[in-house]
Amino acid sequence: MLAMNYRGPLRVRASQKPMPKIEHPQDAIVRVTRSCICGSDLHLYNGAVPDTRVGMTFGHEFTGVVEEVGSEVTKIKVGDHVLVPFNIACGECVFCKQEMYGNCHESNPQATAVGGIFGYSHTAGGYNGGQAEYARVPYANVGPTVIPEGMDPDDAVLLTDVVPTGYQAAEMGGIQKGDTVVVFGAGPIGIMAAKCAWLFGAGRVIIIDQVDYRLEFARNYSQCEAYNFNEIGDPVLFLKKTTDWMGADVCIDAVGAEAAGNAMQTITGRKLLLQAGSATALHWAINSVKKGGIVSIVGVYGPTDNLVPIGNVVNKGITIRANQASVKRLLPRLIEHVQNGVLNPKALITHRIPLEEVSDAYRIFSAKLDNCIKPILISPSAGM
Amino acid sequence: MENTTKDYSHIKGWGIDADPKNDPTYPMKNRTNGEHLGYSWERPTLQSETVEILHSNERPDVTAVFGTSTPPSGLSGMIRRMAFKKTENDYGHWLPLILADRINVVEGIIEDLRSGHVPNIFAEKGMKAEWKYNRSGLLRQIAVTAIIGYGVVAFYRAKKKRDRGY
Ligand SMILES: NC(=O)c1ccc[n+]([C@@H]2O[C@H](COP(=O)([O-])OP(=O)(O)OC[C@H]3O[C@@H](n4cnc5c(N)ncnc54)[C@H](O)[C@@H]3O)[C@@H](O)[C@H]2O)c1
Ligand SMILES: [Zn+2]
Ligand SMILES: [Zn+2]
Repeated sequence: MLAMNYRGPLRVRASQKPMPKIEHPQDAIVRVTRSCICGSDLHLYNGAVPDTRVGMTFGHEFTGVVEEVGSEVTKIKVGDHVLVPFNIACGECVFCKQEMYGNCHESNPQATAVGGIFGYSHTAGGYNGGQAEYARVPYANVGPTVIPEGMDPDDAVLLTDVVPTGYQAAEMGGIQKGDTVVVFGAGPIGIMAAKCAWLFGAGRVIIIDQVDYRLEFARNYSQCEAYNFNEIGDPVLFLKKTTDWMGADVCIDAVGAEAAGNAMQTITGRKLLLQAGSATALHWAINSVKKGGIVSIVGVYGPTDNLVPIGNVVNKGITIRANQASVKRLLPRLIEHVQNGVLNPKALITHRIPLEEVSDAYRIFSAKLDNCIKPILISPSAGM
Repeated sequence: MENTTKDYSHIKGWGIDADPKNDPTYPMKNRTNGEHLGYSWERPTLQSETVEILHSNERPDVTAVFGTSTPPSGLSGMIRRMAFKKTENDYGHWLPLILADRINVVEGIIEDLRSGHVPNIFAEKGMKAEWKYNRSGLLRQIAVTAIIGYGVVAFYRAKKKRDRGY
Protein backbone atom coordinates (compact mmCIF):
# COMPACT_ATOMS: atom_id res chain seq x y z
CA MET A 1 0.00 0.00 0.00
CA LEU A 2 0.98 3.61 -0.42
CA ALA A 3 2.01 5.41 2.79
CA MET A 4 3.77 8.50 3.99
CA ASN A 5 7.36 7.60 4.85
CA TYR A 6 9.52 9.75 7.15
CA ARG A 7 13.16 9.93 5.98
CA GLY A 8 14.59 12.59 8.29
CA PRO A 9 14.02 16.21 9.29
CA LEU A 10 12.05 18.01 6.54
CA ARG A 11 12.20 14.88 4.34
CA VAL A 12 9.09 12.81 3.75
CA ARG A 13 7.82 10.88 0.76
CA ALA A 14 5.04 8.54 -0.28
CA SER A 15 6.20 5.00 -0.85
CA GLN A 16 4.99 1.42 -0.92
CA LYS A 17 4.85 -0.30 2.47
CA PRO A 18 3.44 -3.62 3.66
CA MET A 19 -0.27 -3.74 4.53
CA PRO A 20 -1.03 -3.43 8.24
CA LYS A 21 -2.13 -6.61 10.00
CA ILE A 22 -4.29 -7.47 12.99
CA GLU A 23 -1.76 -7.78 15.82
CA HIS A 24 -4.12 -7.90 18.78
CA PRO A 25 -7.67 -9.27 19.15
CA GLN A 26 -9.04 -5.76 19.67
CA ASP A 27 -7.45 -4.38 16.48
CA ALA A 28 -9.27 -3.23 13.38
CA ILE A 29 -7.83 -2.44 9.97
CA VAL A 30 -9.35 0.53 8.19
CA ARG A 31 -9.10 1.76 4.63
CA VAL A 32 -8.32 5.42 5.14
CA THR A 33 -10.78 7.84 3.53
CA ARG A 34 -9.37 11.12 4.81
CA SER A 35 -6.24 12.03 6.73
CA CYS A 36 -4.88 15.40 7.80
CA ILE A 37 -1.54 16.98 8.47
CA CYS A 38 -1.52 18.68 11.87
CA GLY A 39 0.66 21.25 13.61
CA SER A 40 1.72 18.37 15.84
CA ASP A 41 3.16 16.60 12.80
CA LEU A 42 5.44 19.60 12.29
CA HIS A 43 7.29 18.81 15.52
CA LEU A 44 8.05 15.38 14.06
CA TYR A 45 8.76 16.78 10.60
CA ASN A 46 11.29 19.21 12.08
CA GLY A 47 13.03 16.37 13.89
CA ALA A 48 12.21 17.77 17.33
CA VAL A 49 10.57 14.72 18.92
CA PRO A 50 13.06 12.19 20.31
CA ASP A 51 12.76 8.61 18.99
CA THR A 52 11.23 9.53 15.64
CA ARG A 53 12.48 6.65 13.53
CA VAL A 54 13.16 6.71 9.81
CA GLY A 55 10.59 4.70 7.89
CA MET A 56 7.68 5.57 10.13
CA THR A 57 4.29 6.69 8.81
CA PHE A 58 2.76 9.73 10.50
CA GLY A 59 -0.88 10.73 10.73
CA HIS A 60 -3.11 10.85 13.80
CA GLU A 61 -6.17 12.49 12.27
CA PHE A 62 -8.06 10.12 9.99
CA THR A 63 -11.32 8.50 9.04
CA GLY A 64 -11.69 5.13 7.38
CA VAL A 65 -13.87 2.21 6.41
CA VAL A 66 -13.44 -0.90 8.55
CA GLU A 67 -11.93 -3.69 6.44
CA GLU A 68 -11.17 -6.30 9.06
CA VAL A 69 -11.66 -6.73 12.82
CA GLY A 70 -9.96 -8.85 15.48
CA SER A 71 -11.78 -11.54 17.48
CA GLU A 72 -12.56 -9.30 20.48
CA VAL A 73 -13.99 -6.39 18.50
CA THR A 74 -17.72 -5.98 19.13
CA LYS A 75 -18.47 -2.26 18.82
CA ILE A 76 -17.71 -1.75 15.13
CA LYS A 77 -18.01 -4.04 12.13
CA VAL A 78 -16.63 -4.46 8.65
CA GLY A 79 -18.03 -1.76 6.37
CA ASP A 80 -18.55 0.86 9.09
CA HIS A 81 -17.21 4.30 8.23
CA VAL A 82 -15.48 5.50 11.39
CA LEU A 83 -13.65 8.53 12.68
CA VAL A 84 -10.61 7.58 14.71
CA PRO A 85 -9.66 9.75 17.73
CA PHE A 86 -5.96 10.53 17.77
CA ASN A 87 -5.55 9.04 21.26
CA ILE A 88 -5.02 5.28 21.50
CA ALA A 89 -6.87 4.30 24.66
CA CYS A 90 -7.63 0.94 26.28
CA GLY A 91 -10.79 1.92 28.13
CA GLU A 92 -9.72 -0.23 31.12
CA CYS A 93 -6.92 1.56 32.95
CA VAL A 94 -7.57 4.01 35.75
CA PHE A 95 -6.95 6.98 33.48
CA CYS A 96 -9.31 5.81 30.75
CA LYS A 97 -11.94 5.08 33.42
CA GLN A 98 -11.57 8.71 34.46
CA GLU A 99 -12.17 9.67 30.81
CA MET A 100 -8.61 10.86 30.43
CA TYR A 101 -8.31 9.06 27.11
CA GLY A 102 -5.24 11.06 26.17
CA ASN A 103 -3.39 9.61 29.15
CA CYS A 104 -4.00 5.86 28.77
CA HIS A 105 -1.52 3.65 30.59
CA GLU A 106 -1.87 0.61 28.32
CA SER A 107 -0.98 2.04 24.91
CA ASN A 108 2.53 3.43 25.08
CA PRO A 109 5.36 1.30 26.45
CA GLN A 110 8.07 3.80 25.55
CA ALA A 111 6.95 6.68 27.74
CA THR A 112 4.76 7.04 30.81
CA ALA A 113 4.47 10.78 30.23
CA VAL A 114 2.08 10.46 27.30
CA GLY A 115 -0.53 7.99 26.08
CA GLY A 116 -0.33 6.26 22.70
CA ILE A 117 -0.91 8.44 19.63
CA PHE A 118 -1.18 7.24 16.04
CA GLY A 119 1.84 7.98 13.88
CA TYR A 120 3.58 10.01 16.52
CA SER A 121 7.07 8.56 17.01
CA HIS A 122 8.06 5.87 19.47
CA THR A 123 7.81 8.39 22.26
CA ALA A 124 4.06 8.04 21.71
CA GLY A 125 3.97 4.28 21.22
CA GLY A 126 5.57 3.51 17.85
CA TYR A 127 2.35 3.16 15.87
CA ASN A 128 2.20 3.77 12.15
CA GLY A 129 -0.36 6.46 11.42
CA GLY A 130 -3.15 7.21 9.01
CA GLN A 131 -1.35 9.08 6.23
CA ALA A 132 -1.61 5.88 4.25
CA GLU A 133 -4.07 3.77 2.32
CA TYR A 134 -4.69 1.50 5.31
CA ALA A 135 -4.07 1.72 9.04
CA ARG A 136 -4.11 -0.53 12.06
CA VAL A 137 -6.47 0.78 14.74
CA PRO A 138 -5.89 -0.79 18.17
CA TYR A 139 -8.55 -0.89 20.90
CA ALA A 140 -11.24 -0.71 18.26
CA ASN A 141 -13.98 -1.06 20.88
CA VAL A 142 -12.92 2.19 22.48
CA GLY A 143 -11.73 4.87 20.06
CA PRO A 144 -13.25 4.53 16.59
CA THR A 145 -16.72 6.00 16.34
CA VAL A 146 -19.17 5.42 13.51
CA ILE A 147 -19.63 8.65 11.58
CA PRO A 148 -23.22 9.75 12.14
CA GLU A 149 -25.51 9.48 9.16
CA GLY A 150 -25.40 12.58 7.02
CA MET A 151 -22.18 13.95 8.47
CA ASP A 152 -19.66 15.13 5.90
CA PRO A 153 -16.42 13.10 6.17
CA ASP A 154 -14.54 16.42 6.07
CA ASP A 155 -16.28 17.41 9.31
CA ALA A 156 -15.73 13.94 10.73
CA VAL A 157 -11.98 13.97 10.18
CA LEU A 158 -11.66 17.24 12.06
CA LEU A 159 -13.50 15.68 14.99
CA THR A 160 -10.52 13.34 15.47
CA ASP A 161 -8.35 16.17 16.84
CA VAL A 162 -8.81 19.81 15.78
CA VAL A 163 -12.32 20.35 17.14
CA PRO A 164 -11.86 18.51 20.46
CA THR A 165 -8.44 20.08 21.02
CA GLY A 166 -9.67 23.61 20.31
CA TYR A 167 -12.72 22.97 22.46
CA GLN A 168 -10.73 21.50 25.33
CA ALA A 169 -8.31 24.44 25.18
CA ALA A 170 -11.26 26.73 25.87
CA GLU A 171 -12.78 24.34 28.40
CA MET A 172 -9.52 24.15 30.39
CA GLY A 173 -9.55 27.95 30.44
CA GLY A 174 -12.46 27.73 32.88
CA ILE A 175 -13.98 30.66 31.00
CA GLN A 176 -16.66 32.56 32.90
CA LYS A 177 -19.26 34.73 31.16
CA GLY A 178 -17.73 38.02 30.08
CA ASP A 179 -14.10 36.88 30.34
CA THR A 180 -11.44 38.21 28.02
CA VAL A 181 -9.70 35.28 26.35
CA VAL A 182 -6.44 35.59 24.45
CA VAL A 183 -5.45 32.77 22.12
CA PHE A 184 -1.84 32.54 20.97
CA GLY A 185 -1.58 30.87 17.57
CA ALA A 186 -3.98 31.16 14.62
CA GLY A 187 -3.39 27.70 13.26
CA PRO A 188 -6.33 25.29 13.04
CA ILE A 189 -6.17 24.65 16.79
CA GLY A 190 -6.04 28.30 17.83
CA ILE A 191 -8.78 29.24 15.37
CA MET A 192 -11.00 26.49 16.80
CA ALA A 193 -10.11 27.45 20.39
CA ALA A 194 -11.08 31.07 19.70
CA LYS A 195 -14.35 29.93 18.14
CA CYS A 196 -15.12 27.65 21.11
CA ALA A 197 -14.28 30.33 23.68
CA TRP A 198 -17.59 31.99 22.73
CA LEU A 199 -19.48 28.77 23.53
CA PHE A 200 -18.31 29.12 27.14
CA GLY A 201 -19.50 32.70 27.32
CA ALA A 202 -16.34 34.71 26.65
CA GLY A 203 -16.98 38.44 26.47
CA ARG A 204 -14.01 39.23 24.26
CA VAL A 205 -11.74 36.97 22.23
CA ILE A 206 -8.36 38.02 20.86
CA ILE A 207 -6.09 35.91 18.69
CA ILE A 208 -2.37 36.57 18.17
CA ASP A 209 -0.16 35.26 15.34
CA GLN A 210 2.25 36.69 12.78
CA VAL A 211 0.75 35.25 9.62
CA ASP A 212 -1.65 37.76 8.14
CA TYR A 213 -3.77 35.40 6.07
CA ARG A 214 -4.39 33.27 9.15
CA LEU A 215 -5.31 36.31 11.22
CA GLU A 216 -7.73 37.36 8.51
CA PHE A 217 -9.23 33.86 8.47
CA ALA A 218 -9.59 33.90 12.27
CA ARG A 219 -11.27 37.30 12.21
CA ASN A 220 -14.01 35.88 10.02
CA TYR A 221 -14.26 32.29 11.17
CA SER A 222 -13.80 32.82 14.92
CA GLN A 223 -15.48 36.24 14.88
CA CYS A 224 -12.71 37.63 17.08
CA GLU A 225 -10.10 40.38 17.18
CA ALA A 226 -6.83 39.36 15.56
CA TYR A 227 -3.41 40.98 15.85
CA ASN A 228 -0.04 40.44 14.24
CA PHE A 229 2.55 40.29 17.01
CA ASN A 230 5.13 41.93 14.75
CA GLU A 231 2.99 45.04 14.51
CA ILE A 232 1.97 45.66 18.11
CA GLY A 233 5.29 46.13 19.89
CA ASP A 234 5.68 43.95 22.95
CA PRO A 235 2.59 41.72 22.80
CA VAL A 236 2.36 41.53 26.58
CA LEU A 237 2.27 45.30 26.95
CA PHE A 238 -0.23 45.53 24.11
CA LEU A 239 -2.51 43.05 25.85
CA LYS A 240 -2.17 44.81 29.20
CA LYS A 241 -3.12 48.13 27.59
CA THR A 242 -6.12 46.69 25.82
CA THR A 243 -7.45 45.09 29.03
CA ASP A 244 -7.41 48.25 31.13
CA TRP A 245 -3.91 47.32 32.36
CA MET A 246 -5.20 44.16 34.06
CA GLY A 247 -4.27 41.39 31.67
CA ALA A 248 -6.55 38.76 30.17
CA ASP A 249 -8.69 36.47 32.32
CA VAL A 250 -7.64 33.46 30.30
CA CYS A 251 -4.69 32.86 27.97
CA ILE A 252 -4.48 29.85 25.69
CA ASP A 253 -1.22 28.54 24.22
CA ALA A 254 -2.15 27.02 20.87
CA VAL A 255 1.34 27.31 19.43
CA GLY A 256 3.70 24.92 21.20
CA ALA A 257 7.29 24.08 20.43
CA GLU A 258 7.51 25.75 17.01
CA ALA A 259 6.90 29.26 18.35
CA ALA A 260 8.52 32.26 16.69
CA GLY A 261 8.88 35.78 18.07
CA ASN A 262 11.86 35.55 20.42
CA ALA A 263 15.34 34.95 19.02
CA MET A 264 16.74 33.47 22.21
CA GLN A 265 13.90 30.97 22.49
CA THR A 266 14.12 30.13 18.79
CA ILE A 267 17.86 29.48 18.90
CA THR A 268 17.91 27.46 22.12
CA GLY A 269 14.62 25.68 21.50
CA ARG A 270 14.39 25.08 17.78
CA LYS A 271 17.92 25.28 16.42
CA LEU A 272 20.10 23.86 19.20
CA LEU A 273 17.39 21.72 20.85
CA LEU A 274 18.75 22.80 24.23
CA GLN A 275 15.17 23.04 25.40
CA ALA A 276 12.12 21.07 24.33
CA GLY A 277 11.14 23.59 21.67
CA SER A 278 10.70 27.33 21.80
CA ALA A 279 8.39 28.44 24.62
CA THR A 280 7.73 31.98 23.39
CA ALA A 281 3.95 31.72 23.25
CA LEU A 282 3.74 30.15 26.69
CA HIS A 283 6.02 32.87 28.03
CA TRP A 284 3.70 35.51 26.59
CA ALA A 285 0.62 33.69 27.90
CA ILE A 286 1.95 33.60 31.46
CA ASN A 287 2.96 37.23 31.35
CA SER A 288 -0.23 38.58 29.79
CA VAL A 289 -2.78 36.76 31.92
CA LYS A 290 -4.09 38.73 34.91
CA LYS A 291 -3.32 37.91 38.54
CA GLY A 292 -5.30 34.85 39.53
CA GLY A 293 -5.88 34.10 35.85
CA ILE A 294 -5.80 30.81 34.01
CA VAL A 295 -3.33 29.63 31.38
CA SER A 296 -4.54 26.74 29.27
CA ILE A 297 -1.89 24.90 27.27
CA VAL A 298 -2.62 22.65 24.32
CA GLY A 299 0.51 23.58 22.37
CA VAL A 300 2.80 20.58 22.34
CA TYR A 301 6.32 20.62 23.80
CA GLY A 302 8.98 17.94 23.89
CA PRO A 303 9.72 15.67 26.83
CA THR A 304 12.72 17.49 28.30
CA ASP A 305 12.21 21.02 29.60
CA ASN A 306 11.51 24.63 28.68
CA LEU A 307 12.42 28.11 29.77
CA VAL A 308 9.27 29.77 31.11
CA PRO A 309 8.79 32.52 33.72
CA ILE A 310 7.59 30.15 36.41
CA GLY A 311 8.31 32.76 39.09
CA ASN A 312 5.52 34.88 37.61
CA VAL A 313 3.17 31.92 37.78
CA VAL A 314 3.80 31.82 41.51
CA ASN A 315 3.71 35.54 42.15
CA LYS A 316 0.57 36.14 40.10
CA GLY A 317 -1.27 33.10 41.43
CA ILE A 318 -1.83 31.65 38.00
CA THR A 319 -3.58 28.34 37.44
CA ILE A 320 -2.06 26.31 34.63
CA ARG A 321 -4.19 23.64 32.99
CA ALA A 322 -2.97 21.47 30.18
CA ASN A 323 -3.43 18.13 28.49
CA GLN A 324 -3.64 16.22 25.29
CA ALA A 325 -7.27 16.48 24.26
CA SER A 326 -9.47 13.63 25.42
CA VAL A 327 -11.25 13.17 22.12
CA LYS A 328 -13.64 10.40 23.13
CA ARG A 329 -14.84 12.29 26.21
CA LEU A 330 -15.78 15.31 24.12
CA LEU A 331 -17.16 13.63 21.00
CA PRO A 332 -20.85 13.37 21.95
CA ARG A 333 -21.11 17.10 22.68
CA LEU A 334 -19.05 18.09 19.65
CA ILE A 335 -20.98 15.88 17.25
CA GLU A 336 -24.07 17.70 18.49
CA HIS A 337 -22.44 21.08 17.90
CA VAL A 338 -21.52 20.09 14.34
CA GLN A 339 -24.95 18.66 13.60
CA ASN A 340 -26.66 21.76 14.96
CA GLY A 341 -24.45 24.05 12.92
CA VAL A 342 -22.84 25.62 16.00
CA LEU A 343 -19.45 24.55 14.68
CA ASN A 344 -18.48 24.21 11.04
CA PRO A 345 -15.13 22.41 11.07
CA LYS A 346 -14.79 21.66 7.37
CA ALA A 347 -14.48 25.35 6.58
CA LEU A 348 -10.91 25.09 7.91
CA ILE A 349 -9.89 22.78 5.09
CA THR A 350 -8.09 24.79 2.45
CA HIS A 351 -6.18 22.05 0.63
CA ARG A 352 -7.00 18.56 -0.63
CA ILE A 353 -3.80 16.93 -1.76
CA PRO A 354 -3.30 13.41 -3.14
CA LEU A 355 -1.29 11.19 -0.78
CA GLU A 356 1.22 10.74 -3.61
CA GLU A 357 2.17 14.43 -3.14
CA VAL A 358 2.72 14.19 0.59
CA SER A 359 6.18 15.86 0.39
CA ASP A 360 4.63 18.98 -1.10
CA ALA A 361 1.71 18.84 1.32
CA TYR A 362 4.04 18.96 4.32
CA ARG A 363 5.96 21.82 2.79
CA ILE A 364 2.83 23.81 2.02
CA PHE A 365 1.49 23.43 5.56
CA SER A 366 4.81 23.90 7.29
CA ALA A 367 5.96 26.95 5.30
CA LYS A 368 2.41 28.37 5.25
CA LEU A 369 2.35 28.55 1.46
CA ASP A 370 -0.72 29.25 -0.68
CA ASN A 371 -2.71 30.57 2.34
CA CYS A 372 -2.90 27.10 3.83
CA ILE A 373 -4.91 26.59 7.00
CA LYS A 374 -5.61 22.83 7.05
CA PRO A 375 -4.56 20.33 4.39
CA ILE A 376 -6.13 16.90 3.99
CA LEU A 377 -4.55 14.01 2.15
CA ILE A 378 -6.62 11.82 -0.10
CA SER A 379 -5.28 8.31 -0.63
CA PRO A 380 -5.70 6.59 -4.00
CA SER A 381 -8.10 4.06 -2.46
CA ALA A 382 -10.14 6.56 -0.43
CA GLY A 383 -13.06 6.02 -2.78
CA MET A 384 -14.99 9.09 -1.63
CA MET B 1 -15.43 11.05 47.51
CA GLU B 2 -13.62 7.88 48.22
CA ASN B 3 -14.19 5.70 51.26
CA THR B 4 -10.85 4.94 52.78
CA THR B 5 -10.44 1.83 54.88
CA LYS B 6 -7.33 3.12 56.61
CA ASP B 7 -7.68 4.56 60.10
CA TYR B 8 -6.24 8.03 60.53
CA SER B 9 -7.73 8.71 63.98
CA HIS B 10 -4.25 9.13 65.43
CA ILE B 11 -3.79 12.25 63.28
CA LYS B 12 -5.57 15.11 64.93
CA GLY B 13 -7.94 16.88 62.56
CA TRP B 14 -7.48 14.43 59.71
CA GLY B 15 -9.78 15.37 56.82
CA ILE B 16 -11.73 18.11 58.57
CA ASP B 17 -10.98 20.61 55.80
CA ALA B 18 -11.44 18.26 52.87
CA ASP B 19 -13.52 20.00 50.22
CA PRO B 20 -14.69 18.01 47.20
CA LYS B 21 -15.30 21.27 45.32
CA ASN B 22 -11.60 22.09 45.55
CA ASP B 23 -10.88 20.11 42.41
CA PRO B 24 -9.17 21.90 39.53
CA THR B 25 -9.27 18.72 37.45
CA TYR B 26 -12.98 19.19 36.72
CA PRO B 27 -14.23 18.47 34.07
CA MET B 28 -11.13 16.93 32.58
CA LYS B 29 -10.98 14.07 35.02
CA ASN B 30 -14.01 12.11 36.05
CA ARG B 31 -12.99 10.94 39.51
CA THR B 32 -13.69 7.30 40.22
CA ASN B 33 -13.38 5.21 43.32
CA GLY B 34 -10.39 3.57 41.66
CA GLU B 35 -8.32 6.65 42.36
CA HIS B 36 -5.97 5.08 44.90
CA LEU B 37 -5.99 1.47 43.82
CA GLY B 38 -2.66 1.63 41.97
CA TYR B 39 -1.76 -0.54 39.02
CA SER B 40 -4.52 -3.04 39.66
CA TRP B 41 -7.02 -2.90 36.80
CA GLU B 42 -7.86 -5.94 34.77
CA ARG B 43 -5.47 -5.62 31.88
CA PRO B 44 -6.59 -6.06 28.27
CA THR B 45 -5.33 -9.11 26.39
CA LEU B 46 -1.59 -8.69 25.96
CA GLN B 47 -0.30 -8.19 22.42
CA SER B 48 2.52 -10.62 21.63
CA GLU B 49 5.91 -9.09 21.10
CA THR B 50 6.73 -10.01 17.52
CA VAL B 51 9.39 -7.31 17.27
CA GLU B 52 11.75 -5.76 19.78
CA ILE B 53 9.87 -3.29 21.98
CA LEU B 54 11.82 -0.97 24.25
CA HIS B 55 9.98 0.15 27.34
CA SER B 56 10.38 3.01 29.73
CA ASN B 57 11.96 1.92 33.01
CA GLU B 58 9.39 4.06 34.75
CA ARG B 59 6.95 1.20 34.29
CA PRO B 60 7.39 -2.49 35.10
CA ASP B 61 6.28 -3.93 31.78
CA VAL B 62 5.27 -3.33 28.20
CA THR B 63 1.75 -1.94 27.74
CA ALA B 64 -0.99 -4.34 26.64
CA VAL B 65 -0.90 -2.85 23.15
CA PHE B 66 1.91 -1.14 21.28
CA GLY B 67 3.06 -0.11 17.83
CA THR B 68 5.34 -2.41 15.88
CA SER B 69 6.66 0.04 13.30
CA THR B 70 10.41 0.42 12.71
CA PRO B 71 11.93 -1.70 15.51
CA PRO B 72 15.41 -0.63 16.66
CA SER B 73 18.17 -1.66 14.29
CA GLY B 74 21.79 -0.87 13.43
CA LEU B 75 23.89 1.67 15.28
CA SER B 76 20.88 3.88 16.02
CA GLY B 77 19.14 0.85 17.53
CA MET B 78 22.12 0.20 19.82
CA ILE B 79 21.99 3.78 21.05
CA ARG B 80 18.23 3.57 21.58
CA ARG B 81 18.64 0.42 23.67
CA MET B 82 21.18 2.21 25.84
CA ALA B 83 18.95 5.27 26.14
CA PHE B 84 16.14 3.13 27.51
CA LYS B 85 18.32 2.13 30.46
CA LYS B 86 17.85 5.69 31.74
CA THR B 87 14.62 7.13 33.09
CA GLU B 88 12.37 9.58 31.27
CA ASN B 89 13.51 11.98 33.97
CA ASP B 90 17.10 11.85 32.72
CA TYR B 91 18.76 13.73 29.84
CA GLY B 92 20.69 10.49 29.40
CA HIS B 93 17.48 9.09 27.99
CA TRP B 94 16.38 11.82 25.59
CA LEU B 95 19.64 13.22 24.21
CA PRO B 96 20.93 9.83 22.98
CA LEU B 97 17.53 9.26 21.37
CA ILE B 98 17.91 12.50 19.40
CA LEU B 99 21.45 11.43 18.42
CA ALA B 100 20.07 8.05 17.35
CA ASP B 101 17.44 9.82 15.24
CA ARG B 102 20.16 11.71 13.36
CA ILE B 103 22.25 8.58 12.79
CA ASN B 104 19.09 6.83 11.67
CA VAL B 105 18.76 9.40 8.86
CA VAL B 106 22.15 8.35 7.48
CA GLU B 107 21.16 4.68 7.88
CA GLY B 108 18.01 5.50 5.94
CA ILE B 109 20.00 6.90 3.04
CA ILE B 110 22.29 3.86 3.02
CA GLU B 111 19.26 1.56 3.10
CA ASP B 112 17.73 3.50 0.19
CA LEU B 113 20.91 3.22 -1.88
CA ARG B 114 21.27 -0.49 -1.09
CA SER B 115 17.80 -1.15 -2.40
CA GLY B 116 18.73 0.75 -5.55
CA HIS B 117 16.76 3.89 -4.71
CA VAL B 118 18.58 7.20 -4.89
CA PRO B 119 16.53 9.47 -2.62
CA ASN B 120 15.43 12.67 -4.31
CA ILE B 121 16.03 14.93 -1.37
CA PHE B 122 14.73 18.03 -3.15
CA ALA B 123 11.46 16.30 -3.92
CA GLU B 124 11.23 14.89 -0.38
CA LYS B 125 11.61 18.39 0.99
CA GLY B 126 8.67 19.54 -1.11
CA MET B 127 10.72 21.94 -3.20
CA LYS B 128 8.18 21.63 -5.99
CA ALA B 129 5.62 23.34 -3.76
CA GLU B 130 8.14 25.95 -2.73
CA TRP B 131 8.89 26.63 -6.40
CA LYS B 132 5.22 26.90 -7.22
CA TYR B 133 4.06 29.10 -4.33
CA ASN B 134 7.15 30.89 -3.10
CA ARG B 135 9.42 31.23 -6.11
CA SER B 136 10.87 34.62 -5.21
CA GLY B 137 11.52 33.53 -1.61
CA LEU B 138 13.24 30.38 -2.80
CA LEU B 139 15.39 32.27 -5.30
CA ARG B 140 16.30 34.79 -2.62
CA GLN B 141 17.30 31.96 -0.30
CA ILE B 142 19.44 30.35 -3.00
CA ALA B 143 21.08 33.70 -3.74
CA VAL B 144 21.82 34.37 -0.08
CA THR B 145 23.28 30.88 0.36
CA ALA B 146 25.43 31.38 -2.75
CA ILE B 147 26.68 34.78 -1.59
CA ILE B 148 27.53 33.48 1.89
CA GLY B 149 29.21 30.43 0.32
CA TYR B 150 31.22 32.67 -2.02
CA GLY B 151 32.16 34.94 0.91
CA VAL B 152 33.43 32.00 2.98
CA VAL B 153 35.50 30.65 0.09
CA ALA B 154 36.91 34.13 -0.67
CA PHE B 155 37.75 34.65 3.01
CA TYR B 156 39.69 31.40 3.28
CA ARG B 157 41.48 32.02 -0.02
CA ALA B 158 42.59 35.44 1.23
CA LYS B 159 43.56 33.93 4.60
CA LYS B 160 45.70 31.28 2.90
CA LYS B 161 47.46 34.04 0.97
CA ARG B 162 47.99 36.06 4.18
CA ASP B 163 49.30 32.97 6.02
CA ARG B 164 51.81 32.37 3.28
CA GLY B 165 52.95 35.94 3.80
CA TYR B 166 52.08 37.55 0.51
N1 LIG C 1 -2.92 19.03 23.18
C1 LIG C 1 -3.43 18.43 22.11
O1 LIG C 1 -4.22 17.52 22.23
C2 LIG C 1 -3.06 18.91 20.75
C3 LIG C 1 -3.73 18.42 19.63
C4 LIG C 1 -3.43 18.96 18.38
C5 LIG C 1 -2.47 19.91 18.24
N2 LIG C 1 -1.80 20.35 19.35
C6 LIG C 1 -0.77 21.37 19.27
O2 LIG C 1 -1.36 22.63 19.08
C7 LIG C 1 -0.42 23.50 18.44
C8 LIG C 1 -1.08 24.17 17.26
O3 LIG C 1 -1.46 23.24 16.28
P1 LIG C 1 -1.89 23.74 14.81
O4 LIG C 1 -2.29 22.55 14.03
O5 LIG C 1 -2.83 24.88 14.91
O6 LIG C 1 -0.43 24.25 14.30
P2 LIG C 1 0.07 25.36 13.29
O7 LIG C 1 1.53 25.16 13.20
O8 LIG C 1 -0.73 25.36 12.04
O9 LIG C 1 -0.25 26.74 14.05
C9 LIG C 1 0.59 27.36 14.94
C10 LIG C 1 0.48 28.86 14.70
O10 LIG C 1 1.19 29.56 15.71
C11 LIG C 1 1.77 30.72 15.13
N3 LIG C 1 2.81 31.22 16.02
C12 LIG C 1 4.14 30.94 16.03
N4 LIG C 1 4.75 31.58 17.04
C13 LIG C 1 3.78 32.28 17.70
C14 LIG C 1 3.78 33.13 18.83
N5 LIG C 1 4.90 33.37 19.52
N6 LIG C 1 2.60 33.69 19.21
C15 LIG C 1 1.45 33.44 18.55
N7 LIG C 1 1.39 32.63 17.45
C16 LIG C 1 2.54 32.07 17.04
C17 LIG C 1 2.22 30.22 13.78
O11 LIG C 1 2.41 31.30 12.88
C18 LIG C 1 1.06 29.31 13.37
O12 LIG C 1 0.08 29.99 12.62
C19 LIG C 1 0.76 22.61 18.06
O13 LIG C 1 1.76 22.72 19.05
C20 LIG C 1 0.18 21.23 18.11
O14 LIG C 1 1.15 20.25 18.36
C21 LIG C 1 -2.09 19.86 20.58
ZN1 LIG D 1 -3.41 16.72 15.31
ZN1 LIG E 1 -6.27 3.13 29.21
